[in-house]
Amino acid sequence: MALISVNDLSFAYRDREVLSGITFSVDAGEVLGLVGPNGCGKTTLIRCVDGMLSPNGGKVMLDGRELRSMHRREVARAMAYVPQSAGNRTAATVFETVLMGRRPYLNWTVNRTDEEKVVAALDLLDLGDLALRKVAELSGGERQRVMIARALVQETGAILLDEPTSNLDVCHQMGVMEILRGLAEEKGLVVVIALHDLNLAATYCHRLLVMKTGSIYGYGTPDEVLTEEMLRSVYGIEAVVKRDLSAPYMVPVRPGSLREGV
Amino acid sequence: MEQHVIIQEGYTRLKKTRVLFIGGLLAGLVILIGIAVTLGSAGLTVGESYLAILAGLFPGIFNAPDLATTIVWDFRLHRVLFAVCAGFGLAVAGCVMQGILRNPLASPFTLGIASAAATGASIAIVLGAGVAGGEYLVIGNAFLFSLLAALAIYGMARYRGIGSETMVLAGIALMYLFSAVTSLLQYVGSAEQLQAVVFWMFGSVDKSTWPKLGIVALVLACTIPYLLYRAWDLNALAEGDEVAASLGVPVERSMTALMMIASLITAVIICFTGTIGFIGLVAPHITRMAVGGDFRTLLPASGLVGALLLLAADSIARSVLAPQVLPVGIVTAFLGVPFFIYLFMHRRNV
Repeated sequence: MALISVNDLSFAYRDREVLSGITFSVDAGEVLGLVGPNGCGKTTLIRCVDGMLSPNGGKVMLDGRELRSMHRREVARAMAYVPQSAGNRTAATVFETVLMGRRPYLNWTVNRTDEEKVVAALDLLDLGDLALRKVAELSGGERQRVMIARALVQETGAILLDEPTSNLDVCHQMGVMEILRGLAEEKGLVVVIALHDLNLAATYCHRLLVMKTGSIYGYGTPDEVLTEEMLRSVYGIEAVVKRDLSAPYMVPVRPGSLREGV
Repeated sequence: MEQHVIIQEGYTRLKKTRVLFIGGLLAGLVILIGIAVTLGSAGLTVGESYLAILAGLFPGIFNAPDLATTIVWDFRLHRVLFAVCAGFGLAVAGCVMQGILRNPLASPFTLGIASAAATGASIAIVLGAGVAGGEYLVIGNAFLFSLLAALAIYGMARYRGIGSETMVLAGIALMYLFSAVTSLLQYVGSAEQLQAVVFWMFGSVDKSTWPKLGIVALVLACTIPYLLYRAWDLNALAEGDEVAASLGVPVERSMTALMMIASLITAVIICFTGTIGFIGLVAPHITRMAVGGDFRTLLPASGLVGALLLLAADSIARSVLAPQVLPVGIVTAFLGVPFFIYLFMHRRNV
């Protein structure tokens, strides 16, 4: 059974429809990439799936249960969320910020086991040396890893990430994606990730969901979805899609500059 | 493995520092209470003051001269404890507001709650109109108006979908509106009324009595444990609404409850004291610089810092120009602003 399944979901801000007819499901161990141009509804979709927004129609099922019927704390034990950027204004240390991921399990005090889980997550994301520094003092890439570490100590079956790589250089982008793909494959996590970089998405995601103005344009493996036709129709750009590596990749071209025979 | 030990030891050290900080503040407060009770024209020593306090608490066990006991219990102790409770409450309220609104400028003063109270008091003083009579005319109005301001901010924010920026902006707008109403009332009032309004707005603990202290202490005793219980929610909310929600915090419900409680604490204090603006803004910042952002320690420690600040300011206000008593609101600013700026310049992460 799929861990997350979304069925005919729709959402509107007041009378402006943002999402309609969204249906997809994600299995354990799978990385699903949400791609599409700015304003196509990726972030809104993630918020609906995490229950931060209540959809106007359709439903979200989490491990066989309807999200709407679940208590906020139960959802937090099943699904973690990594924002685009955060933690730059708090006085908390890295350790404390990651410890916050235990919030769905804590009453008031923190015990040894919680602390050990935090240390393990810091270790996994190579943050050990920064544990007692303030999050506000870290670089964008380090901070992003802190957010992922926090999502890990939440010990959920699913992690939703909203453009986690947008502030990172290519080296850190790949670092973060390697970690996420590794977690999905080794620990059977579901990873749903909104991405702008199509090549990064095609390289690391098992499947892609292409969105266009609030609806699904395409849904399938990167090979099926990443096509020149899709890029033209969804993004309105000309591009060449190459398939000479293990994953397809696209090279955008200026209009009219395509040479004969390419 | 070694690094694991270092990290955990580091966190344990941080926790110990926090306990020590709170312990130190408590000890400082107890000492300052003794000194503050001693200040005045009767010439009591610190020892006699403590003895008189104990004699009042345990009449059979401790004995002190009747005069000393009377001076301490009838005139001084309630004022000193009132300053402690007011400082504690204002600081905790400011701390909660800064936390949920994620804005370092949030405080009862900047959110318009204090200026609403001033408007309420002015209406009572200038127009003689109010919800209660007699001694409680001014107090009742101040209390009612500050709660109204809090409700108005909340209502506006709610109408447009609750957001922290909206609440801060609405608060600042209200502050200007209420200040204008107060100015208008001052403009139409007589000279005596004007003086009364201005004195009310200075803020002081002069009018404290045991029953008033009782009311404030009761409200604190009922609300502070709840705020502490919600400390993890505050920690999570400091990271943003969405993160808080994903960590299992019922965001809107939590924000509403916390905001209303912080407003209630503020209202019940400033209706007795007038506007003491600075404590709620600064005590949480000072504390955060010292012990970091975990609300489990930040809340009580901010409260204690606020209590110490207000009591110290009141003690100075009573002694600098003795027997004249300066309004404590003036002294808190004189005392707190340079200290705050000093901290600011030396530690950059506020």
